[in-house]
Amino acid sequence: MTEIRVKKKKIHQSFGDTMLSVFCYVFFAICAFLCLYPFYYIFINTISANDLSARGDILFWPKGIHFKNYKSAFGISGLFQAAKISVMRTVIGTIGTVSASAFLGFMFSQEKMWHRKLWYRIVIATMYFNAGIIPWFLTMQTLHLTNNFWGFVLPAIVSPFHIVLTKTFVESIPKELQEAAEIDGAGIMTVFFKVMLPVIKPIMATVAIFAAVNQWNAFQDALLLITSNTKLYPLQLVLYNYLNQASSIKALANTSSSSSLAAAAATTQTATSIRMTITVIVVLPIMMVYPFFQKYFVKGIMIGAVKG
Amino acid sequence: MFKKIDKKKWYSIKLFLFIVPFLVLVVLFSYYPLYGWMYAFYDYKPPKPLSEAPFVGVKWFKFMVENPVRVEQLKQVLINTFVMSGITLSTSWIPMLFAVFMNELHRVRFRKFVQTVTTLPNFISWVLVYSVAYNIFNSDGMVNSLLVDKWHLIQEPILFLQDSSHVWLTQWLWLTWKNLGWAAIMYIAAISSIDEELFQAAKVDGATRMQQIRYITIPSLLPTFFVLLMMNIGNFLSNGMEQYYVFQNAFNKEYIQVLDLYVYTLSTVKGGYPLSVAVSMLKSVVSVILLVVANGISKLTRGESFL
Repeated sequence: MTEIRVKKKKIHQSFGDTMLSVFCYVFFAICAFLCLYPFYYIFINTISANDLSARGDILFWPKGIHFKNYKSAFGISGLFQAAKISVMRTVIGTIGTVSASAFLGFMFSQEKMWHRKLWYRIVIATMYFNAGIIPWFLTMQTLHLTNNFWGFVLPAIVSPFHIVLTKTFVESIPKELQEAAEIDGAGIMTVFFKVMLPVIKPIMATVAIFAAVNQWNAFQDALLLITSNTKLYPLQLVLYNYLNQASSIKALANTSSSSSLAAAAATTQTATSIRMTITVIVVLPIMMVYPFFQKYFVKGIMIGAVKG
Repeated sequence: MFKKIDKKKWYSIKLFLFIVPFLVLVVLFSYYPLYGWMYAFYDYKPPKPLSEAPFVGVKWFKFMVENPVRVEQLKQVLINTFVMSGITLSTSWIPMLFAVFMNELHRVRFRKFVQTVTTLPNFISWVLVYSVAYNIFNSDGMVNSLLVDKWHLIQEPILFLQDSSHVWLTQWLWLTWKNLGWAAIMYIAAISSIDEELFQAAKVDGATRMQQIRYITIPSLLPTFFVLLMMNIGNFLSNGMEQYYVFQNAFNKEYIQVLDLYVYTLSTVKGGYPLSVAVSMLKSVVSVILLVVANGISKLTRGESFL
């Protein structure tokens, strides 16, 4: 009897509830569209005939598909070098940040450490103040890290936010695990490598994702630090420069002029096609990685929220 | 007995020694730069070293409030910073509502899809956001080519990106586009931790979904909202420079310059180092005070600090 009544109630949703449902589905469909379509629009334009694209004909699906934009993008001087720098700083920087965060997160959970709380506070405090860009730049100059690849990597190694994440995670692991290993005669390093590392892998994955995205997206440090050695420009900076050079970049990529006129119009690079192609190249790694690692991002922000 | 204590002490110091290299990095990259605040008190002109620069005391600080051109500039920069941070602060309830309504999507796959897609913009850089903006709103971008060439609604393309009268609003919109989904995640997590029985009980009492939102979901999210609000207050002066740097151009310059960007711009001007340091120094000090005050409010009203 009661069951039937409950069921009936579900069927006869009030008018307001139905409106709410409709509103939510429509609203979030629009939100999803607004977040996804710009990327889709740019992508289909890079693989469509460039003359159609220039006329604004490519809105929902690609027409006259060709991949010449990508081919010639690799001919743009400096782009390949910039991609190399971006990949290198992402790989090396991520390894550095993840290792340091794992190690420090573990070490700062060692209550026996001499003045542990003081050191921890000194590290965490750096989240909340900033000397400013000029003092930072001058420091980097003193350390010979301007116009130097390591200037991208070294300052990012000790990252307080990621240390908080790992430390919180380490503290959620039963203390007995470490104690048992220590009774068996394991030193602190053995405990870290043999006992702790396998257990904290999930949080290391989270930190790795955050760190990699930060490195890949980093723009400001390159803008400040690279004053003369343009070979060290990462992709982000190169993309920014291309966006600001408007039409003069056309000359960069148009080297071939062999094909017939009609075909040429479809595949000749325009300033817009070059910009869009570079945009896709820069955004693609994130797009490909993101859906698979989303749960790690979410986990990270939730742990971070518990202990900020 | 003594030996035993020594051993313990030695072990605790050994643990400390392991982290020393990392502490050195922290000191080098985060604390040592503070020494650079000295430059605000000298007439420093690179590449000459600081030791050769004349000490000028608080000249640059006075300069900020006495030189009429600078005063005007600084005033505008402060207005920009306050308005844009103010808009962000006063709309910080939007992510909460976003999460609340997202929770009303009962088709799990659609909800997951929406969540994934709306958090995506948070993970692309500001340069890429600008690139998206450029490709869509530029004079030969998507919107203009539709309006001018395709639908013949207007004759001349609208220069969205050069527009200077709605900079504050458009910058807020871009910021929201980038951050909204991600900011909502914190609330989504908080919603999932609400006791399911509350909703069951409300349903038995005949509460509509709107009433459940109003009397259960939103009140349980308020603590989270409060903490985030306080953090926002702590960051009031720190909008970061990247967003405004990439979006700035000759036309919107006046209204887009926030403090962080102004500090950078000053540093690129010849001989602007000391003034830039002086401004950023004041900014840092005020920021820390704001943070401490916000933390104090949080402690007083809710009994917990977020620092």
